[in-house]
Amino acid sequence: MPVFDLATTELRALNQALHALDKSGVPEDFEITNPRGAHAVAVGIDAPVNVTINGSVGYYCAGMNEQATVTVNGNAGPGVAENMMSGKVVIKGDASQYAGATAHGGLLVIEGNASSRCGISMKGVDIVVKGNIGHMSAFMAQSGNLVVLGDAGDALGDSLYEARLFVRGTVKSLGADCEKKEMRAEHIDLLTKLLADAGITDVKPEEFTRYGSARTLYNFSVDNFDAY
Amino acid sequence: MTYKNPVTTPRKSATFDDYTLSEIRRAAATGIYDIRGGGAKRRVPHFDDLLFLGASMSRYPLEGYREKCETAVTLGTRFAKKPIELKIPITIAGMSFGSLSGPAKEALGRGASAAGTSTTTGDGGMTEEERGHSTQLVYQYLPSRYGMNPRDLKRADAIEIVIGQGAKPGGGGMLLGQKISDRVAEMRNLPMGIDQRSACRHPDWTGPDDLEIKIQEIREITDWEKPVFIKVGGARPYYDVALAVKAGADVIVLDGMQGGTAATQEVFIEHVGQPTLACIRPAVKALQDMGMHRKVQLIVSGGIRNGADVAKALALGADAVSIGTAALVAIGDNDPKWEAEYNELGTTAGAYDDWHEGRDPAGITTQDADLMKRVDPIAAGRRLANYLKVMTLEAQTIARACGKNHVHNLEPEDLCALNIEAAAMAGVPLAGTNWVPGQGGF
Amino acid sequence: MCGIVGLFLKDKSLEPQLGALLSEMLVTMTDRGPDSAGIAIYGADQNDLVKLTIQSPEPETDFAGLTEDLRKAGIKNASILPKNTHAVITVSSDQIDATRSALEDLRPNVRVMGTGTAMEIYKEVGLPKDVLERFKISDMSGTHGIGHTRMATESAVTTLGAHPFSTGSDQCLVHNGSLSNHNNLRRELTREGIRLETQNDSEVAAAYLTGEMAKGKNLGEALTSALDDLDGFFTFVVGTKSGFGVVRDPIACKPAVMAETDAYVAFGSEYRALVNLPGIEDAKVWEPEPATVYFWEH
Repeated sequence: MPVFDLATTELRALNQALHALDKSGVPEDFEITNPRGAHAVAVGIDAPVNVTINGSVGYYCAGMNEQATVTVNGNAGPGVAENMMSGKVVIKGDASQYAGATAHGGLLVIEGNASSRCGISMKGVDIVVKGNIGHMSAFMAQSGNLVVLGDAGDALGDSLYEARLFVRGTVKSLGADCEKKEMRAEHIDLLTKLLADAGITDVKPEEFTRYGSARTLYNFSVDNFDAY
Repeated sequence: MTYKNPVTTPRKSATFDDYTLSEIRRAAATGIYDIRGGGAKRRVPHFDDLLFLGASMSRYPLEGYREKCETAVTLGTRFAKKPIELKIPITIAGMSFGSLSGPAKEALGRGASAAGTSTTTGDGGMTEEERGHSTQLVYQYLPSRYGMNPRDLKRADAIEIVIGQGAKPGGGGMLLGQKISDRVAEMRNLPMGIDQRSACRHPDWTGPDDLEIKIQEIREITDWEKPVFIKVGGARPYYDVALAVKAGADVIVLDGMQGGTAATQEVFIEHVGQPTLACIRPAVKALQDMGMHRKVQLIVSGGIRNGADVAKALALGADAVSIGTAALVAIGDNDPKWEAEYNELGTTAGAYDDWHEGRDPAGITTQDADLMKRVDPIAAGRRLANYLKVMTLEAQTIARACGKNHVHNLEPEDLCALNIEAAAMAGVPLAGTNWVPGQGGF
Repeated sequence: MCGIVGLFLKDKSLEPQLGALLSEMLVTMTDRGPDSAGIAIYGADQNDLVKLTIQSPEPETDFAGLTEDLRKAGIKNASILPKNTHAVITVSSDQIDATRSALEDLRPNVRVMGTGTAMEIYKEVGLPKDVLERFKISDMSGTHGIGHTRMATESAVTTLGAHPFSTGSDQCLVHNGSLSNHNNLRRELTREGIRLETQNDSEVAAAYLTGEMAKGKNLGEALTSALDDLDGFFTFVVGTKSGFGVVRDPIACKPAVMAETDAYVAFGSEYRALVNLPGIEDAKVWEPEPATVYFWEH
């Protein structure tokens, strides 16, 4: 198994090696040690590789990931898995701002808390957070699912499009055009699958509340003046 | 006989002119700000207020048809392994698929490629039409990240991180419901028919300190091959350019207030941002102060129309210019041949700017399947190539007349200004004097 | 735009290492701000004595014979400890104003970086590593300190424009972000008699807090009113003689990471800044909430 010690190896060498992987085969697992908050670790991968990072990473870890499974045994800095297309990213600790920003696909699991703007502008990704999420999460979220086992901060789902938000705990406040929605059977099924994908077995889908777009801002009307 | 007092001629207010009155009535009736496309329409000091001195006794000109005047420009020499080589110092500015039709994007790609230059995507992602027909394609990285994906990032020739636009520095784009067709909706991952609201800040970084890290990520993803451009609107050009250099840009694109947009608030277009002419010298000064002039290339845009504008921008220190509105005109935008249809829309050829409504008779700023057929991408591409070549020939003509064997050797000292405003903004003397107003500033 | 670090020690046994720990934290933030660097360190309080940290572009000429010149000007028992371009003048607390005005007369090129019973401030243009070495910051001990690396936005890259900014005794502030109403605030503060040395937005924030505390607010209260009165983007870390505070604007875009153990409270713009702190693996690590004042006191 290739092991990259970032205390002694350049980041460039690591990312170059990951980019060189054969896209069709099943590559060996990668291990990364001593990331010590480094930025852009394991970005732009497009191969079904398992990458384990032992320690905390800085900005944009696993950015634009395709196919790979990236596990961080530590905390992640801002923008983890930003613009992910597919694959899976698991953060064992906490994630900073903008986790899963603009991501189009794949699954992002944050076992600790996520900070502000989790899932901002998300475009199809599934995000499961075991802890809490910070303010302005799912801002302008377009599609995909955000599942939060803990609480959500201020202005959840502000200017939301078609993303679905499921929160088990409390929501400090809802953003403009975000409203509580009915949990129908299809949502229970969806949540059951998402929780299973994230390896969560001790929580029931029925414990969550669904939030979505009220769709009042989809076309401009001066009668929504207060929302602007 | 009855006596009549003499009447005064009816006098309209200069403050409340006809346009202003109509706008007040429109706002009162609709409750929405006026949205339109294009750039600032008001008169601002511009390149027309500058003149080249030419050569006579103290300088010798080059012969027009025998002595070479180079026009090539290389973009991205600072960090990129694969810089962009352009034959001419004129590029096509970012314009989105969505705001423009597929055939229009294809025409831009064909025209630019035939003239040896690059074209640029816009808010909405990369289409096959433009990738397929552009030999050099710059992929814009915008706050919305519509259509952003690593595959297109890796097949782009350069990446342009858009921080702002001259038409609306500090604002986000708009694409109204009428233009969100199936294909546009799919590329942007939005429901059909809604107003798309583009964010004004990037979702995952704020400020140059974070941008430096974002650029590192993009370079790592693309293996340090591609030039990274940073595009800013003409807001605070000295500081913005200095910070773009510090954040790690290879190329800076600086867009003045005459630069167009697909759609935004009229009040934004006309009242925010500085004229293109006023932006260049502070930007160049920032590069010079950092020892980066010509090392980090500067592309200037916003109201470039002809070879004289190109030559003047280069003389003031730009490495290249880019055109948007002019390119659209070259491929048929606002053409008088559609005058009857413009009239039906309540406007006239040359003034049509409701690009967001998607009813463009020229088939350029629309997603209407029938209208867009009016653009023949091959013929329109040819027209754009012709126009780009004419502009280049014009710029060469001027450069030769100033004795230069490369258009980049034009200098501010080759210019004079017709009025004090332009002299102050361009930092060149008022014609007939050695007086540069405002010297001692930037 | 910048990198910020801060360290507030709870465990006295770490005090001799304060300068070394802060230095290491600051150097990791070099990428965020390569233009200038600065640090404020709070050391032991010396009864009735006040320290003025001064700076000169020509330290050899300005610092030579300064003790003697000050004595002649009526400042008795001033002691001077030069450190590269800076020097720390220690005088009795009742002579602080007299010393300042004597300095203005005697050494017009000298700038006062800050004053206080416990605080010393060192800042210069250049890379953080070089700046820290010039002042031998790693050898310093203390109870708490803050540091800053600067990427200048709209004001000049000069020594005075470097952070931390100190506008009151034992008070200092570092800032990441940019304020959008600092010009009006500067005019108001100037009218109220607060002296500002630069065109820097962050100095306005420091002066604002000084002004609020002069009205009787404690640091926590002053930071709370800053949330109402300052517009723009900011993460502030501030120090007082015995306190250490953190606040972010209500939008909270600029990054901030905090860590707390039984031994210390630490702040960094990025987690990278904290990785070498003792026991960081088991520390409580979190991001400060927007519009929330965090405040620790000895």
